Amino acid sequence: MIPMIRFPRKRTIFWTLLAGALLWPIFSWAVLHAIWGADLEACRAARGVGACWGVIVEKHRLLFFGRYPFAEQWRPLIATLLIVAVLGLATWRRLWQPRFAVLALITLSIATLLMLGGLASLSFVPTKLWGGLPLTLLISLGSTLLAFPFAILLALGRRSRLPLLRQLCTLYIELVRGVPLISLLFMAAFLFPLLLPAQWRPDILPRVVFTIAAFAAAYLAEVIRGGLQAVPSGQYTAALAIGMTWWQATRHIVLPQALRTALPALVNSFVGIFKDSSLISIVSLHELTGALAISLGGDAEWRSFYLEGYLFIALIYWIFCYALSCSARRLESGLRY
Amino acid sequence: MRQTLFRWLPQIALVILLALLLGWMGHNVLENMRGRGIHAGFDFLRDPAGFEIGEGLLDYDASQPLWRAFLTGTLNTLRVGLPAIVAATLLGALIGLGRLAEHPVPRKLCGALVETLRNIPLLLQLLMCYFALTSLLPEASEAIAPLPGFLLSKGGLFLPALDCTQTCMLDLPAAEGFGISGGWSLSPEFLAVLIALSLYSAVFIAEIVRGGIQSVSRGQIDAARALGLRPLQVLRVVIAPLALRAIVPPLGNQYLNLIKNSSLAVAVGYPELVSVANTSLNQTGRAFECIVIVMAVYLSLSLLTALLMNRYNTRVALRGTR
Repeated sequence: MIPMIRFPRKRTIFWTLLAGALLWPIFSWAVLHAIWGADLEACRAARGVGACWGVIVEKHRLLFFGRYPFAEQWRPLIATLLIVAVLGLATWRRLWQPRFAVLALITLSIATLLMLGGLASLSFVPTKLWGGLPLTLLISLGSTLLAFPFAILLALGRRSRLPLLRQLCTLYIELVRGVPLISLLFMAAFLFPLLLPAQWRPDILPRVVFTIAAFAAAYLAEVIRGGLQAVPSGQYTAALAIGMTWWQATRHIVLPQALRTALPALVNSFVGIFKDSSLISIVSLHELTGALAISLGGDAEWRSFYLEGYLFIALIYWIFCYALSCSARRLESGLRY
Repeated sequence: MRQTLFRWLPQIALVILLALLLGWMGHNVLENMRGRGIHAGFDFLRDPAGFEIGEGLLDYDASQPLWRAFLTGTLNTLRVGLPAIVAATLLGALIGLGRLAEHPVPRKLCGALVETLRNIPLLLQLLMCYFALTSLLPEASEAIAPLPGFLLSKGGLFLPALDCTQTCMLDLPAAEGFGISGGWSLSPEFLAVLIALSLYSAVFIAEIVRGGIQSVSRGQIDAARALGLRPLQVLRVVIAPLALRAIVPPLGNQYLNLIKNSSLAVAVGYPELVSVANTSLNQTGRAFECIVIVMAVYLSLSLLTALLMNRYNTRVALRGTR
């Protein structure tokens, strides 16, 4: 990094004092004077002086798993661990092959089935009881996987020589990118039941996953298009010269290179989708953000410690997003051969 | 001949398929609406709205037609979006410069700020801001004055206003009973959206500014210093004009995102477009029409922003490259 703006070194004392003045109250509130146990009296006494992390201890099950039946919460726990494992593997470049998508899909289906139940000796848990971290993970990963093939087709379509196809794909991408996700989610909540025949009543969860996938596909398509543009046209010409058809050349020569180039940007898009999944709490699904509302909103005693709850949820989001963007950066630096 | 057929046949088939799908959906919408006793069309916009809107630039009350409600909502979107764009740009430039500071302390502080805010969903930051403004601040009767003439409390922020009805005079807010009277008031909902939106966009703008400045070649700066320009002069006369070329196009994208993100205000009840549409949707049951209006307004706002940013871009871009 090239430092551009000169500050004389001798201002160290000034900067240190300024940083101290900014950070000390936060440290004092969050660590020094904080209450760590689920002790309501102590929390009330420390109000305004120290944080009450006891609210997390008291409500952690509701925060993590929402209204999922208490005795069955090992199921969402295993589902969460499975999805986290897939996400962890996904940042390993060696594994980025088509086969990995199949593995992710299988893991996701196992996690969903585990949460849903109704098989073997597992009791059936309707999706309206799902919540918390597993729901956030399921929705963000599920919609990304669903969006991915669609995004590849859209990106190819937008670069196609066929005019009608190209314009349709461009229209879709620009239309979706021009409107906020929340308006699409309202569409999923209110308009989907109108678009389908009256006797079809799809559950809200698949409707939302489908909508986020349709939204994410437009953004992923632009990222993949960037990757496609980075592939030298000689690659394609050479593939045609050895007798490949357009589909073969795209599938075996162009797409693998394009996706490899686009990989860091794809991971960053996933971070965006992960953060955007918090919006579904507005259409009354209780993922992490919504789970906080049901665990504290109805509790008159702990309700005054909402801020600590928000910070804790923010920390969970932050850990996932930061880890993923770090791995994106690592992938990017590994890309410069 | 066969070539042309081969090119056009699949495309025509795709269009027919899409038309069939859309037609089927449209048919379903009409059927479903008939089932619920609603007929389609936008004529309901002339009916009285029947709900109040907390704040806005227009005189509006519940007896006015629904289209006025949508207009008030759209203006509220702009009312929070435009100040947020200004604030986010200024803050973002500051943080971006801070990340390039030679001294490690401001550099690390700005870096930590960017990494924190960027990795937390905007909705969560917005809810946090709103909670802080409505629950942690004192009651209106015990409002704190951060600056003379400014009052901050659970009821929002009250600023001094210029009252020019007879003679121009400064109208200072004052605590009165359980509330605050006088001055220019900003609701906590508005403030929460403004603060959260500005901060969240600012960190993205900071990264753009940093990238833009780093794209200026080292030789330009060395040359400027060799000429004896002071550091701030180097920034103003040499770095800024060169960096702007790299900054403006992605900056336009951030402004588009900011306008779209302002729709999250529905979560804290700030009556912008999505919130108004949501209320009227619940009242009239016209899901299709309300969502179409929201999308149309956002699309036109996006197009307008893109147009303005392109205009500006041609002005700052290198002559002859466009």
